[in-house]
Amino acid sequence: MTVIRTLDKDKMDVAEGSYAVAHAVKVCRPNVISAYPITPQTHIVEDLSQFMADGEIPNCEYITVESEFSALSALVGSAAAGARCYSATTSQGLELMHEVLFNVSGMRLPVVMTIANRAVSAPINIWNDQQDSISQRDTGWIQMYAEDLQESSDMTAQAYKVAEDKDVMMPAMTCMDGFILSHVYEPLVLLEQDLVDEYLPAYEPEFTLDPKNPLTFGAFADPTAYTEFRYLQQQAMDNALPKIEEAANEFYEIFGRYYGGLIDEYETEDADIILMAMGSLVGTIRDVVDKLRAKGIKVGLLKVRTFRPFPAEAIKNVVKDAKVVVALDKNISLGLNEGSLFTETKASLYNTKVDVPIVGRMLGHGGRDIPEKTIEDIVEEAKGIISSGINTESKYADLKEELL
Amino acid sequence: MKEIRIHGRGGQGSVTAAELLAGAAFEDGQFSQAFPAFGVERRGAPVQAFTRISDAPIRLRSQIYEPDYIIVQDPTLLEVVDIASGAKDDGIIIINSDFAPEDFDLDTNARIMTVNATKIALDIIGRPIVNTVLLGAFAGATGEVRASSIVNAVKGRFSGKIGEKNAEAVQKAYDLMAEDK
Repeated sequence: MTVIRTLDKDKMDVAEGSYAVAHAVKVCRPNVISAYPITPQTHIVEDLSQFMADGEIPNCEYITVESEFSALSALVGSAAAGARCYSATTSQGLELMHEVLFNVSGMRLPVVMTIANRAVSAPINIWNDQQDSISQRDTGWIQMYAEDLQESSDMTAQAYKVAEDKDVMMPAMTCMDGFILSHVYEPLVLLEQDLVDEYLPAYEPEFTLDPKNPLTFGAFADPTAYTEFRYLQQQAMDNALPKIEEAANEFYEIFGRYYGGLIDEYETEDADIILMAMGSLVGTIRDVVDKLRAKGIKVGLLKVRTFRPFPAEAIKNVVKDAKVVVALDKNISLGLNEGSLFTETKASLYNTKVDVPIVGRMLGHGGRDIPEKTIEDIVEEAKGIISSGINTESKYADLKEELL
Repeated sequence: MKEIRIHGRGGQGSVTAAELLAGAAFEDGQFSQAFPAFGVERRGAPVQAFTRISDAPIRLRSQIYEPDYIIVQDPTLLEVVDIASGAKDDGIIIINSDFAPEDFDLDTNARIMTVNATKIALDIIGRPIVNTVLLGAFAGATGEVRASSIVNAVKGRFSGKIGEKNAEAVQKAYDLMAEDK
């Protein structure tokens, strides 16, 4: 299934990606918001502050804090008390939250947080890549990556639906590429309150902090029980796989927009070459695929929308008949020289009957622009892999040798 | 798809102009996308902003390298920025200046058009803010968007008297350029 949009221009406005997300948060009726401003996430929290000041988010507390560590810590208590919680951050802010991220997921608190993806220091760089959220992949947060502004907005409601599901109860990061999506204006539908109310039920957690019925969250688990907590978290991630698909399907029924659940495919059916990517790069690849298809090149796109839980089975089913797969990554695992989408796709295909060559190409780090030509060159190189095999398994596709 | 690059200095409203243009194009029934040259903005420093206009939804997320149209808000930028960079041979470069197009020696085959947007802005708005004026000029010179859509976008952003005056200035620049066209 490919992206399906009912384009109703009468319902659309030209709005900024950050505003669309802030509006989506508002209509999801959060009870507590806590965030610390950081570029390029700032517009989201500014818009939310404005909504609060204008009295547009009823029954909600906006807690201002002195750091991202405190922002997420404030939400640990709030979520445990039964509040629907929201935060947004990026880059150094997300890294500063690292310790608390584990606490949130370990206590099974379904906090939703937007990540306006940005490179991490040093050297300081405010532009987009996905090193920040990928570096948090093992913290027990669901991670989804949006392709455009509308999806960034719509994903917020879907994330609450999945995270708060009784069989899941895990926090979720909705990732939108910083600047490339957060600071762009384009026509979109601002989520309608009545439809969101129909889609997203009120949050009713099974267990909450309540003086009348005292409970402890996340206090202590010695070696006789700790493993089982982790096991149950993994089980919750497994449960999230079908729930993410369901949330996407239900969203389509109510709003008429579908972006894939775990993944999305474009022109993959008969594709010899399949490009895999996450986030805004997917849109550019769609254009390149159309261009190359017109020239008779059998290339397709596998959009990985959900990175955690990792949709190994869904990916395998798409790539199994391809002649070569190229995973594109806006992150690098230093010391391995691979991006995570590549590493994990390759690993998930090992020990299966699928035997397709797969290579990784890293690009767009620290905001380096990704023109269509970069993608076209990658496809050209992939053609060579089909005829003469893999030469370099993983490398940068847009390295400036002259600077080294 | 048509791609537009706006050159200005920080504080001159280049990003606002790109957004208003996207809004106007959408009102015309087209799809659009507006974005700044991402970075650290400082008042007075050279900045760029971009708009794409297309009859289909826009998926492309790269920067713009070969614009169909270029708008220059501040002629002093010509000394520090290669404003004609990547301009298409059949493109148009609109410069805010009281000089004639032939006074500009740019390395491009694109058509150069000039409009004294600063004078129009001072005469009508009373301040040398030229971003909306140049959108009127753009509509008149290219026919890519309707003047009325620019006016509506401008009024949607600036309410009351400021909006009215901006709208008047937009129309004035439109008429001047449409004659030239």
